[in-house]
Amino acid sequence: MALPVRKFDAVIVGAGGAGMRASLQLAEAGLKVAVLSKVFPTRSHTVAAQGGIGASLGNMGEDSWLWHMYDTIKGSDYLGDQDAIEFMCRMAPQAVIELEHFGMPFDRNDDGTVYQRPFGGHSQNFGERPVQRSCCAADRTGHAMLHTLYQRNVRANTLFFVEWMALDIIRDPSGQVLGVTAMEMETGEIWIFHARATLFATGGAGRIFSASTNAFINTGDGLGMAARAGIPLEDMEFWQFHPTGVAGAGVLITEGVRGEGGYLLNKDGERFMERYAPTMKDLASRDVVSRAMATEIKEGRGAGKEADYILLKLDHLGLDVIEKRLPGIREIAKKFANVDPVKDPIPVVPTCHYQMGGIPTNYHGEVVVPAGGNPNSVVPGFYAAGECACASVHGANRLGTNSLTDLLVFGRASGDSVIRFLQENPGHKDLPKDAGDYSVQRVARLDGQTGGESVFEVGAEMRRTMQAHCGVFRFPDMLQSGVAKIKAVAERAKRTEIKDKSKTFNTARVEALELDNLIEVAVATLVSADARQESRGAHDRADFAKRDDVNWLKHTLWYREGSRLEYKPVNLKPLTAQTFEPKVRSY
Amino acid sequence: MKFRIYRYDPDKDAQPYMRDYDIALEPTDRMLLDALVRIKAEDDSLSLRRSCREGVCGSDAMNINGRNGLACITRLADLKEPVELRPLPGLPVIRDLIVDMSQFFKQYHSIKPYLRNDAAPPSPDKERLQSPAEREELDGLYECILCACCSTSCPSFWWNPDKFVGPAGLLAAYRFIADTRDQATSERLDDLEDPYRLFRCHSIMNCVDVCPKGLNPTRAIGKIKDLMVRRMT
Amino acid sequence: MVKRIVVGAHYGLRDWLVQRITAVVMAAFALLMLFIVLFHRPEHYGAWKALMSQQWMRLASLLFLLALFWHAWIGVRDVFMDYIKPAGLRLLLLVGVVLLLVAYALWSVQILWSLY
Repeated sequence: MALPVRKFDAVIVGAGGAGMRASLQLAEAGLKVAVLSKVFPTRSHTVAAQGGIGASLGNMGEDSWLWHMYDTIKGSDYLGDQDAIEFMCRMAPQAVIELEHFGMPFDRNDDGTVYQRPFGGHSQNFGERPVQRSCCAADRTGHAMLHTLYQRNVRANTLFFVEWMALDIIRDPSGQVLGVTAMEMETGEIWIFHARATLFATGGAGRIFSASTNAFINTGDGLGMAARAGIPLEDMEFWQFHPTGVAGAGVLITEGVRGEGGYLLNKDGERFMERYAPTMKDLASRDVVSRAMATEIKEGRGAGKEADYILLKLDHLGLDVIEKRLPGIREIAKKFANVDPVKDPIPVVPTCHYQMGGIPTNYHGEVVVPAGGNPNSVVPGFYAAGECACASVHGANRLGTNSLTDLLVFGRASGDSVIRFLQENPGHKDLPKDAGDYSVQRVARLDGQTGGESVFEVGAEMRRTMQAHCGVFRFPDMLQSGVAKIKAVAERAKRTEIKDKSKTFNTARVEALELDNLIEVAVATLVSADARQESRGAHDRADFAKRDDVNWLKHTLWYREGSRLEYKPVNLKPLTAQTFEPKVRSY
Repeated sequence: MKFRIYRYDPDKDAQPYMRDYDIALEPTDRMLLDALVRIKAEDDSLSLRRSCREGVCGSDAMNINGRNGLACITRLADLKEPVELRPLPGLPVIRDLIVDMSQFFKQYHSIKPYLRNDAAPPSPDKERLQSPAEREELDGLYECILCACCSTSCPSFWWNPDKFVGPAGLLAAYRFIADTRDQATSERLDDLEDPYRLFRCHSIMNCVDVCPKGLNPTRAIGKIKDLMVRRMT
Repeated sequence: MVKRIVVGAHYGLRDWLVQRITAVVMAAFALLMLFIVLFHRPEHYGAWKALMSQQWMRLASLLFLLALFWHAWIGVRDVFMDYIKPAGLRLLLLVGVVLLLVAYALWSVQILWSLY
């Protein structure tokens, strides 16, 4: 069946922070760009980011991009690529200033400069003491940033395709990416978006876990599409568990609470982080804090009737600070935890929050795969930025605030790379004859399925499996049985059935297609985690308690075909700075 | 728990109708959205928008027992049974609880919702300065999530959705007027000085009553009018 | 025919302001009347007639009535703008309202100045 075709210079999938920073670059360069999004742009998950954007502006005291770079590398447990990290940290101040010029309502200091707050893992002079580096708009930084970027795109007349879900990547026999197929949710129609360059900014897949701070839309669509198109997924075993998700609800409580002076208590009222991280205490990096919390709970020092959560105390900050710097947190705590943090501590637990891995890219946002002996050979016409990409700046553990920095810096960089590519490669390449057939088949399979399984049930089983087998602490037997289990769930996902056959805004169909993407990510995660025999960053194994730089200082690459793994070296060579050699990590 | 939900699928229904659901909830289901997700697990044909499930993305606005609100931050315990759910009033229904929001966004776009300042920044690598007091002017304005609860509870918007900017758009307009970095105040006031665009607002404050973020569009509209008077006199 | 949405008449502020000012005038007059009723207590027709036929009272009453008509004009026009969508019909009704209000105004003058 021949699908209708729309032609663009570039197609961007995803209208969150990275997608809209990239689209702005392209639209302002006068290119014909289409931005596809499952939701209206300001509903993208960037909107939920709270604490701030990391950049060494030095508005609150001395700071430098080199310190930011060191903190990021140390935070990544040395798995981050040092060229990409240097690039991000050097570009971060410019990215923030640019955003300010776009109209972002940053909080201010008395001298009129952007206010910055302390954040986990960010330090002065290579780990000496905490530094104020996080540029914020109260505790609604992501919201303010996403709206500012959308507004700037409105000014630039960017063309948005709102409520369109991308289905599959179109590649020609040489491997070049020529666009995507996408479904208009309102009508159920499938179109081909034929583009000279395709950029994925599809976000993460935090919805593979039952307890997640992530939005319903975070279903790893870009990762699923890439995996089906034969592109490997990098470092998928590394998932960040945010220390402070509201217990039971999963809603995020920003690390900014601890940045502003809040701290964690166990049931005895002990400020236990002093034991685990004497220097940075509650502002150690997230993997460290989450593990400490999980240990406290495991050893019976959790609070509550079931001793299953930790208390986040901030009442001592006073009403004024809370109202000025953390108003959204107060709102969330009242609504989702039934406590007013002005008086009582908030019950929190480590909750799945961020995907460090993703589609492998270099620091230009170009997607790279091993080919012809080169572990980082560029896939022509294909770009990725933001949470769906793995540049890799976050390595085995991301620092708080670096996600928004990542969106801005690599959103822009990938946009610039697309512009260069379009200048060098004029004209559309012909679509292969069977372009779109695969997507049509997938949707036809779903619509025609009888006697199949409920999407909800299969999804729930996937989430339970991930939660039980691949959480904060990982055990060899659980990982092994998890791999078998998740592969069985993946088999079941091939036979999902929906009762709703309507063409009009069929969200059941959308959810079924999302599950196809989630399940790729879930399998990649468990298989990669089972294989990595060390503890590094967010990946903590009971049987290999130490980091092993001799054997495992390398990136995992998971291929969908046969669930095969390959590895590639970590780039330890920065662009201009000296290499930060791996050393023991303590906070 | 009992629910009555507005259902309409143009592919098969000649007319919209209300469908009853009686659903067993788990203790962890605290918000209306939790119940809707559970209903959808049983009847996958129920269509609604949702995303962040914490009240910041603005997707799941709907009419809940006669009042506009976000399903994800509406407590089930506070609702009278049967909980009657309808799409946001005054906008065309696409299907079930999903409305066509084009008109709403068109009005938002019409106020040129972006910082207008043609002067080059003092330096490309320095921020434009703004005092904390100047920044505070934006509080209560920039937090809008464009959920449309306000505009679709406003009779003036129901009667003139094509001409009246509506509370959300006007709040956004004032957000830029109030920003010391924006230089287009007089153009913005010119654009709004119109019997329809701004002055359909008769300050009945339905918008204030329903805003899930506790914002006050009526006050912002009042401030726009103040500026217009000050400009004239 | 293509439906065009036309806005930008640039008279909203004046009318909005007029509505507020006329409301203040009406409120002031209402207070004046309240004061008279409470403290002057004109108890029979003669007293009322004497009050109303003073020149300052005529002017005040006229000011009140004109404010009322102007206020009503804006209010009624707003209602028509909301509910009467066909432009031709709306124009016709608006002209009717104007004529009626002008007639009321003239009639008011006649009544006020015919008292002796």
